[in-house]
Amino acid sequence: MYNPQAENIIIVKDLVKKFGSFYANDHLSFEVKKGEIFGFLGANGAGKTTAIKILCGLSYPTSGKLNVGGFDIYKEREKIKRNIGYMSQKFSLYDDLTVFENIRFYAGIYGLRRKEIEERAASLMQKLDMKEARDKLIRSIPLGWKQKLAFSVAIIHNPKIVFLDEPTGGVDPVTRRQFWDMIFEASSEGITVFVTTHYMDEAEYCDRVSIMVDGRIAALDTPDNLKKHYGAGSMNEVFLKLARVKVE
Amino acid sequence: MKRFLGFVVKEFYHIFRDYRTLLILFGLPAIQLLLFGFVITNEIKDARIAILDQSKDEVTRRISEKVLSSGYFILDKNLTSYKEIEQVFRQGNIRLVLVFGPDFSKNLDKTGNARVQIIGDASDPNTANILVNYLQGILSNYLISLNAEKIPMQIVPEVRMMYNGQMKGVYMFVPGLMAMLLMLISALMTSLSITKEKELGTMELLLVSPLKPIQIIIGKVFPYVFLAFIDACIIIILGNTVFGVPVVGSVGLLLLESFLYICMALSLGILISTITSSQQIAMMLSLVALMLPTILLSGFIFPVENMPWILQVFCHIMPPKYFITIIKSIMLQGNGFRYIALETGIMAGFTLFFIFLSVKKFKIRLA
Repeated sequence: MYNPQAENIIIVKDLVKKFGSFYANDHLSFEVKKGEIFGFLGANGAGKTTAIKILCGLSYPTSGKLNVGGFDIYKEREKIKRNIGYMSQKFSLYDDLTVFENIRFYAGIYGLRRKEIEERAASLMQKLDMKEARDKLIRSIPLGWKQKLAFSVAIIHNPKIVFLDEPTGGVDPVTRRQFWDMIFEASSEGITVFVTTHYMDEAEYCDRVSIMVDGRIAALDTPDNLKKHYGAGSMNEVFLKLARVKVE
Repeated sequence: MKRFLGFVVKEFYHIFRDYRTLLILFGLPAIQLLLFGFVITNEIKDARIAILDQSKDEVTRRISEKVLSSGYFILDKNLTSYKEIEQVFRQGNIRLVLVFGPDFSKNLDKTGNARVQIIGDASDPNTANILVNYLQGILSNYLISLNAEKIPMQIVPEVRMMYNGQMKGVYMFVPGLMAMLLMLISALMTSLSITKEKELGTMELLLVSPLKPIQIIIGKVFPYVFLAFIDACIIIILGNTVFGVPVVGSVGLLLLESFLYICMALSLGILISTITSSQQIAMMLSLVALMLPTILLSGFIFPVENMPWILQVFCHIMPPKYFITIIKSIMLQGNGFRYIALETGIMAGFTLFFIFLSVKKFKIRLA
């Protein structure tokens, strides 16, 4: 839920990331409130993935002040790592390990105890309705299951924030809808969700949306406000209007 | 520490669930050793030859008998004219033709000078060379036995081959094979397993997690240290039991040096994986850039001393060369650490250098 009074859990001020003379992120500034679902939109090459990688600590910014989960990104990297989850568009699970082994491995590297791991794995199987797949290899289960499992694994250590980098690529609309139910659930449990996507219907599900064009944030507001502001019927129209400005 | 152990366990699952990896890890060393030991050998036995005897007297008959009973040669055909020589070579069975001139024994008695010709098939120069040498040896032995009483002064060399009395080829191959296989397993397998994580995207997840990069790398590499070490033992044991290659020196020292070499190869594997992101390229790099030089430029098959100077320079920057020197020194000569300290130092230097480069590359990639 977006609550303007809530504390800022991500603060980005003047984030610059240069590759040579190319600005992938050109003075980005925004805040994300605790518990909200923050949509991070943009065309391919607009700089979304660069920004998300910097926020997760996979890449260093060229300059700018960044604070994630209350920790400084330069000085308190290790603390940030303990408090975030990350899921990439590749649904990164190990093909040659079973469902349970994947859960155990990822929970293990976040330092969960054996008993906790057993419990969480059991309740996860229950929730995802995947009990009979517990000991199946990942390569043998359907893509939709993999995606749900990848998300569950990303939040298995109860992080403050979860970063989702195009988490719904390549799956059918029904599975996508189910996946968003999982996002809503995580959000209702207090986990802040930072999500990038190409699908404009998904943008409607976000509490607030920022649209990046050419390394800058061209717009940032709730979907309703954006539609009103641009006189558009859907987020798709909003996006096209902003992208067209860029073309001209 | 517990996290790290979980990581290592996962790594072992990857290895034991992939039968191809297992095959490379344990099948390859055994198969290679048996192949090199049994098939590829420098010694030549039972080479087929033809004899053109134009005098057919007592002496030529005795020489022929001596040659054929040496164990190196088998008579394939008796020729009757020079014309046939070309023909039998072309047929391809004959390695060598021995030609006695006419009136051999008469000439030998009268002038003390009889003519014998050795014609070799130099389309395979090494073999031809070795066979010609064998034959010359037999001829000069015969000559000495003839002249035993007549010549007042003789120099009779007494040759003794140290460290490998029977001149067995396999004594050479066991050290070479160890260098080659440990390089293959350590460098190739680690670079593959790290790039695989990159391809799957799991590397990002690991880097986002509280695991430190150094823990990730050591966790990935540790199982291969262990397995490569087992392989080193397999090769030494097989070499000893099947081919009788001894370990004259200290086994402990041998294993320690192997461990250092494995670490060197692993750090090279890590370096390869930091500069590539696909398994295919990592494989190409490992095979072409590591295996070929290991085989060709390490002194394993071709002696370094015979190479043009520019290649010799390359040989000196090939870590396997030093390892081969070290294990030969320990296994065959029984030398202690004192004799191989320099080589050990150089290998340790290589290891540190590769690790330093990897760390630097890794940081650049993150930035």
